[in-house]
Amino acid sequence: MNIPQVGSDYIKSKQRLRSPRRVQDHITIILFLLPAFIFFLLFMIYPIFRAGYFSLYNWNGMGAATNFIGLNNFKQILTDQVFVKGVLNCLLIVVLSLAAQLPLALALAIMVGRDLPGRAFFRTIFFMPYVVSEVITGIIWMSLFDPDPERGFINALLVLIPGVNAQNFLGDMNQVMACIFVVLTWKYFGLHMLLYMAGLQNIPKELEEAAMIDGANRWQTIRNVTIPLLGSTIRTTVQLSVLGSLTQFPLIWIMTRGGPANASEVMATYMYRYSFIRFQLGYGSAVALVMLVICLIFSVTYLRLARQPDYLGSI
Amino acid sequence: MATIYTLKRDTIKKKLPRFFQYLALSIITLVILVPIVIMVFGALKTRGEMFAHPYTPPIPAHWENYAQILNTPSFWTMLGNSVIAMLGSTALVLIVCSLASFTFARMQFRGKELAFNILILGLMFPITVAIMPVYLVVRQMGLIDTLLAVILVQTAFGISGNLLILRGFFTAIPMELQDAAYIDGCSAFGFFWRILLPLVRPALAAIGALTMIISWNDFLTPLVILNKDTLWTLPLGTMQFQGQYSSDMALTAAFVTLSALPAIIFYLFAERQIVSGLTAGAIKG
Repeated sequence: MNIPQVGSDYIKSKQRLRSPRRVQDHITIILFLLPAFIFFLLFMIYPIFRAGYFSLYNWNGMGAATNFIGLNNFKQILTDQVFVKGVLNCLLIVVLSLAAQLPLALALAIMVGRDLPGRAFFRTIFFMPYVVSEVITGIIWMSLFDPDPERGFINALLVLIPGVNAQNFLGDMNQVMACIFVVLTWKYFGLHMLLYMAGLQNIPKELEEAAMIDGANRWQTIRNVTIPLLGSTIRTTVQLSVLGSLTQFPLIWIMTRGGPANASEVMATYMYRYSFIRFQLGYGSAVALVMLVICLIFSVTYLRLARQPDYLGSI
Repeated sequence: MATIYTLKRDTIKKKLPRFFQYLALSIITLVILVPIVIMVFGALKTRGEMFAHPYTPPIPAHWENYAQILNTPSFWTMLGNSVIAMLGSTALVLIVCSLASFTFARMQFRGKELAFNILILGLMFPITVAIMPVYLVVRQMGLIDTLLAVILVQTAFGISGNLLILRGFFTAIPMELQDAAYIDGCSAFGFFWRILLPLVRPALAAIGALTMIISWNDFLTPLVILNKDTLWTLPLGTMQFQGQYSSDMALTAAFVTLSALPAIIFYLFAERQIVSGLTAGAIKG
């Protein structure tokens, strides 16, 4: 009869012995996580609810929001031709990035490979535009794209070709998105290339050599060995690139403000114009929420779809 | 004869792709560098030279444009504001992220995965999406027109990515070290402060360098929060200057060069840290 009591006494005393440590650990955990959660709740979660509240009002930011209009803001956004244009332009940038910018970065990363002499030099140069701020990038390229050949370098080169006239570039409704995409590629392909180069470093050289010995040519090796093994890196760059394209703002704002005639409007410039130029904060909140939903839908679907076996992890 | 022939053919076969590789890489190097070089050259010309020969090297170099910018007090104010915002948000990101990632990598508690996944949700919406809602909250807090608000917002949006990077580094520290420290009577905080932090210094340098660059170049947060021009950071000032002096391209070029220079120099020195931070985040994530 006594034995279990001794046992439970023993356990109790042991718990008592350990509990100060436990309590201390719990305090540590809470204190250590607190700052991160405060930032998260205060600047990510709470703002969304606040925007959700104001999105139901017609509010210009002065005084309290009193003019409740229900979902009218959302109705107006989704039927506004300019916003639709913005969404389409964002999608255009997404498609172009995935079809041109990422493949270019991947091709260059494979070309530089693991052991090309001067590899570090090229990496330093190619990544440099990423470090230059968007404002500066925008200003530099605005002057390069200047329609006057006396001032714009690209037109100065173009007029050297016989029969070619100076182009309007950023001032031309049909050229402006292409120009913006050139600048985006200039600035961001280095980031993706850097990530691919790091991914390549993680792939054992032997795997590619084995494929070569088995008679695969260079192209087959890249297609069937290298690229599948880069899977997780490629997934990351696709996600970065799509989210970046959907929310592109500074470069376009600096270079065109969404013009000419809304030809380069994207969701973010639309949101900025309504929120901070026209100061329709209720409407701007609604635009921000629509953007947020679009980004979340993409992220969630993509994470679902792209969860593929991690080949490298299984080696 | 035959051997010499095959030898020669072999070297050609090997050298030729190399030649094209370097050719392609050099062309791209030119495309990257020419815009930057044109700007730096332009800044070294007088206004007249800039108009007459915009694309020639600046010989002799005129340093007046740079001198004029450097003698403008507002340039130094903006530089100072940028430095304050950068140091503030970098310090906060380092503190908040190292505390949190230590907990996630080294402590056991219920709901750990959930808490971590919640905190890295921020990766799903970039700051552009959230800036309008964040503006509403900053306004409610009465922090419009303060550098503190810029620092807090930049920190908040730096947490998710850096947490992911840092947790990876923290997890890589061998568990035995922690056991040994605990056996010797070290508290969790003591282990974190005295043993772990010194060990992950390279990782801290990596996310520090990354955060510094991102904060330095950030345009949207200060644009929305700061109205007073005495509080402007360099990106805002650069945009404003370009608008105001767009006719004087040489002077604009000097301003742009001077505001780009700190980031580029910092990059050349801290490239290793920046690269390791970025790649750790991308490959582990």
